[in-house]
Amino acid sequence: MAKTLFEKIWNDHIIRTIDGGPSVLYIDKHFIHEVTSPQAFKGLEKRGLPVFRPRQIVATADHNVPTVDQHLPIKDELSRIQVQQLIENCQRHDIELFGLGHPYQGIVHVIGPELGITQPGMTIVCGDSHTSTHGAFGAIAFGIGTSEVEMVMATQCLLQSKPRLMRINVEGRLNKGVVSKDIILYIISAISASGATGYFVEYAGSAIRGLSMEARMTICNMSIEMGARGGMIAPDQTTFDYLKGRQFAPTGAAWDAAVSKWSTLYSDEGARFDKEILIDAAAIEPMITYGTNPGMGVGISGHIPAESEIGEKEKPSYIKSLAYMGLQAGSAIKGKKVDYVFIGSCTNSRIEDLRMVASFVKGRKKADHVEVWIVPGSKQVEKQAIEEGIDKVFEAAGFRLRQPGCSACLGMNEDKIPAGKYCISTSNRNFEGRQGPNARTLLASPLTAAAAAITGEITDVREYL
Amino acid sequence: MNDQAINKIVSTAVPLNQENVDTDQIIPARFLKATSRDGFGENLFRDWRYNADGSAKKDFVLNDATYKGKILVAAKNFGCGSSREHAAWAIKDAGFDVVVSSFFADIFKNNALNNFLLPVTVSEDFLQGLFKAIQMDPSTRIDVNLAEQTISAAGQREHFDINNYKKTCLLNGYDDIDYLLSIRGEIEKFEQQQA
Ligand code: SF4
Repeated sequence: MAKTLFEKIWNDHIIRTIDGGPSVLYIDKHFIHEVTSPQAFKGLEKRGLPVFRPRQIVATADHNVPTVDQHLPIKDELSRIQVQQLIENCQRHDIELFGLGHPYQGIVHVIGPELGITQPGMTIVCGDSHTSTHGAFGAIAFGIGTSEVEMVMATQCLLQSKPRLMRINVEGRLNKGVVSKDIILYIISAISASGATGYFVEYAGSAIRGLSMEARMTICNMSIEMGARGGMIAPDQTTFDYLKGRQFAPTGAAWDAAVSKWSTLYSDEGARFDKEILIDAAAIEPMITYGTNPGMGVGISGHIPAESEIGEKEKPSYIKSLAYMGLQAGSAIKGKKVDYVFIGSCTNSRIEDLRMVASFVKGRKKADHVEVWIVPGSKQVEKQAIEEGIDKVFEAAGFRLRQPGCSACLGMNEDKIPAGKYCISTSNRNFEGRQGPNARTLLASPLTAAAAAITGEITDVREYL
Repeated sequence: MNDQAINKIVSTAVPLNQENVDTDQIIPARFLKATSRDGFGENLFRDWRYNADGSAKKDFVLNDATYKGKILVAAKNFGCGSSREHAAWAIKDAGFDVVVSSFFADIFKNNALNNFLLPVTVSEDFLQGLFKAIQMDPSTRIDVNLAEQTISAAGQREHFDINNYKKTCLLNGYDDIDYLLSIRGEIEKFEQQQA
């Protein structure tokens, strides 16, 4: 029978299914970080259990780390304790840690792929909802809570019910100035922030096939922002080329065997999805969000919906959201002044993103009133950016490359956007207070963010290309 | 966690009639620095509940003495966003045993179940009826019966879904780790076949 990509991997990892209940799913790789793991280690120790398969866990410190002076002790006491606990827990349980100061340290969803740990056909989990990023390699990857982190530490398994399956086909050619972040913001605005709840999504179609691995990761990363459990893309030559030669990728005969296995991972002709959606790539403009969930986005030449365009039931939360953002229903989004530009997060902090920003700002200067933070996704990205001279381009434009971490994506460290200020951000969430209490976040692509850094306002990047 | 079994919960409720409540609202990231599971209730809905100077915002429902109880009644798409289990811990720690909504985000639902916080999904009509009833009479009692999978209040009653396995866990106070440990031999056999 014709099978979907998801089903092929799922079936390969099911140990048993409980009658009328969930299945026992075997987990190949487990990423952990400092914020959602300490309680899991404690729980395990309370039960007197060892970590079952420490070799299948990889740890890093990212959520809570400073992005300047990383060689100094962390100033914030609670953050320091959390990072210290991760170090101790990893030592005690013999888990590989790419912590602060390690050449592989970085945002968990950036380092997994760039080290070649993330591979097609795997089941991958992490106590972080953007684990969906790894699905770009044709893996079943999803975020879990801390109790589940504990379960995987204890047994390398999770109890999961099979989700419904959705395929989103993006066909056709992208317009100039439109990049993968715009595709996913467009999809979420089309189906809403809860439009894929209960589903696992496969992205397919010619526009997806044409994307680089970095760009595919950006798309899968934001699957959770429409409620999906995860997102995935069938592996192909682009995937294999990306993985070949990476630190933890197979080599020699094992590589050939892996590629031939990976080549069987695609949805068969006639495989059944519970829902299919078709998106016309040519209809997508550079996107920006105006509200407080990622579904509240528009094309850059568009306007914020007037109240009359909003359903009666949604109206109260719509009004509240615009009041929080200090924006006017019915007004144009272009030309609005911005105060901060944040380029970073597991959505858009890879080398390709930094190159995109550098190529736009080269020979230009940032607007005087704008503060720009560029935070690479990992030590390796940082190193490569410096080798390529990207840091010099940034300096000439009036800003600086910081050190890797989650940073202003969630404002757990000191990188917070002040109350009331507008920030164009390449991250994935524009929730109230996400970047700091009362901060106002507008999500966009690295290109649109770069344009705003130069002009100091929301800008249609196409006018400058 | 075997002391946590739940079955019947009868209580008044706190209504939070706001759609798309994300986990950053339930517990903002800056309060995730703790390394234990306790004490998150204090910062539940922190930025809706308190001003920047720490004083209570009078118009927020958790600060309104009119409403109390072990049941939180929330609007559609509750718990979206981050996977932070701290959200479920905070709600439980603040004294709630049940959250009612017409739609829960997936990860939140799992996290709640893993912490013996019962997510009850009702129809949109039932939910609206509930909000109305509570507004008219804050002493309205809601009856949640897990064994029968029913929720009733103000003369309406509805059946809710929960998978059998999870129901048994909640009724008996077991969790998934207990189950998975019991099949460890099978897990090891599976690994050997894969290798
Ligand atoms: S960058 Fe943001 S979204 Fe990504 S893992 Fe860090 S906090 Fe989560």
